[in-house]
Amino acid sequence: MSAEPRKRRLEVEEIGDVTVVNFVDRKILDEQNIQIIGEQLFELVDSEGKKKILLDFKNVDYLSSAALGKLITLNKKANTSGGKLVLCNIRPEIKEVFEITKLDKFFKIKEDEQVGLQAFA
Amino acid sequence: MSDFENSALEIIIPSDTAEARRVQDVLEQGLQNVKAPDKDVFCIRLALEEALVNAIKHGNQMEITKKVFIKYTLDVDIFEIMISDEGPGFDPNDVPDPTDIENLERPCGRGLMLMRHYMTEVNYNSTGNSVRMKKVFKKA
Repeated sequence: MSAEPRKRRLEVEEIGDVTVVNFVDRKILDEQNIQIIGEQLFELVDSEGKKKILLDFKNVDYLSSAALGKLITLNKKANTSGGKLVLCNIRPEIKEVFEITKLDKFFKIKEDEQVGLQAFA
Repeated sequence: MSDFENSALEIIIPSDTAEARRVQDVLEQGLQNVKAPDKDVFCIRLALEEALVNAIKHGNQMEITKKVFIKYTLDVDIFEIMISDEGPGFDPNDVPDPTDIENLERPCGRGLMLMRHYMTEVNYNSTGNSVRMKKVFKKA
């Protein structure tokens, strides 16, 4: 068991040189949760210096505009540090949220983890 | 008073997102009870989150002493809700279009757009501190 004071909201795995991130929560809606998820995502770039990040949404059922805001900031951080962010495994209902807001054009979105990993090659 | 206000149930909460979550759970349970379609429950859940966060964060500025007033009616084919805060209100027409190319990278401003997309009707009062939303369920 981890002795961390904060509950980890992300499961992070290294596949080759790509950092694959899974969300623990099915609903990324709650303001407080989103704050913590944002901090933990930003740490990957700011503190741990990760350059290639693949966010896997297979566990995610709901996503709010506040969560989209964190993803936009993460994308900027990754680009600024010379890295790259890719999203994958987004179910159709959540994909619609990206399409409505036209963020499907802003983010690199791939069907699944396999194709997502290839996007870094 | 309108028919809606006469028959609506009311919940009053402090400006606390944990309380908002509790309200959403109550409403989601109600939607399940009337067997609202899953897709519509998804739409309502998203719109509710956006509207409640707007009321608590932007309207009441997270001041715990300020209240959020929720009135709702739930029928087998329609859900209606009014969410009001104690803030000064805003003009929904002043919210920049988040899909404009110059705004696309801004991390906020998408909540209202999602509410309008996911609900059948979204209307603000003239002060802009009360939003009324309606969702007509899609028959299978």
